Amino acid sequence: MSEKKAKLARQFIGAIPHSRALEMRIDDVLAGRATLSLPYNERFIGDPETGVLHGGVVTALLDTAMGTAVVSHPQSMGGTATIDLRIDYMRAATPGQRITAKAECYRVTRAVAFVRATAYDEGEEPVASAAGAFTVEGSRP
Amino acid sequence: MKQPEPVQVIKQRRDAALAQLVDDIPYNQFLGVVFERRGDELTATLPYNEALVGNPILPALHGGAVGAFLEIAAQIELAWSIYWPQFEAGATGPRAMPKTIDFTIDYLRSGLPRDAYARAVVNRSGRRYASVHVEAWQDNRQKLFAQATGHFLMPRQEG
Repeated sequence: MSEKKAKLARQFIGAIPHSRALEMRIDDVLAGRATLSLPYNERFIGDPETGVLHGGVVTALLDTAMGTAVVSHPQSMGGTATIDLRIDYMRAATPGQRITAKAECYRVTRAVAFVRATAYDEGEEPVASAAGAFTVEGSRP
Repeated sequence: MKQPEPVQVIKQRRDAALAQLVDDIPYNQFLGVVFERRGDELTATLPYNEALVGNPILPALHGGAVGAFLEIAAQIELAWSIYWPQFEAGATGPRAMPKTIDFTIDYLRSGLPRDAYARAVVNRSGRRYASVHVEAWQDNRQKLFAQATGHFLMPRQEG
């Protein structure tokens, strides 16, 4: 990512209070694809016995990565909102590791953007996958 | 004949069991989710705070925060229904939580910058899997702003 684009990405994510609260970072963004990550944090734990992060944290990261992919798509005119989101949790994220979500906006119509995403910890196997429909705003006359 | 338990004893026991179930999970506390109880019926509240905002221009709640709130409401409802008989029998201490297999969220309208409420229903609870539906609203109970259905893996139980 170029320095200028990285700065814009930081400003974009920094303007979303909830993303800031979860310490999200945009690692890469390009024409309908976005990679976002967040650090392990004990306050985000969902299972106190194992220290595994709460599914809701992964949901928030996936949702933000998917929304970012939509607004970065060449056919997108501006903002977006989630219409529907399905998350499959394949395995527990390893405690202590950073979570990364890679999202791809693979189809945009006049009103709807279709997006899929996968979340990883620092291992090879995915932690969760998501599919969603998002609004396309500002494109209708 | 055995005397029924005094009402305060029952209330105190049930509230303590619920509080432990909810507050044991750091992320519930991070989001600020609290539960109210009427008998065995639970209502979850997500008190508004600025850190929940996803769109500061509208402003609107973050879809991820809403999704997490619904997942918490569904998971606690399921755990509460699983462990209710044990709590009623006087058991205390931490409990293994059901694990989310999948969760599908339907965003019906944007979340306003105020408190949100949710109630969940366990539609099926088997030995290994459970299906839970959850509805969330803000000002008007009839106008849901989000709903979700999730499948959960039941916690292993001794015996």
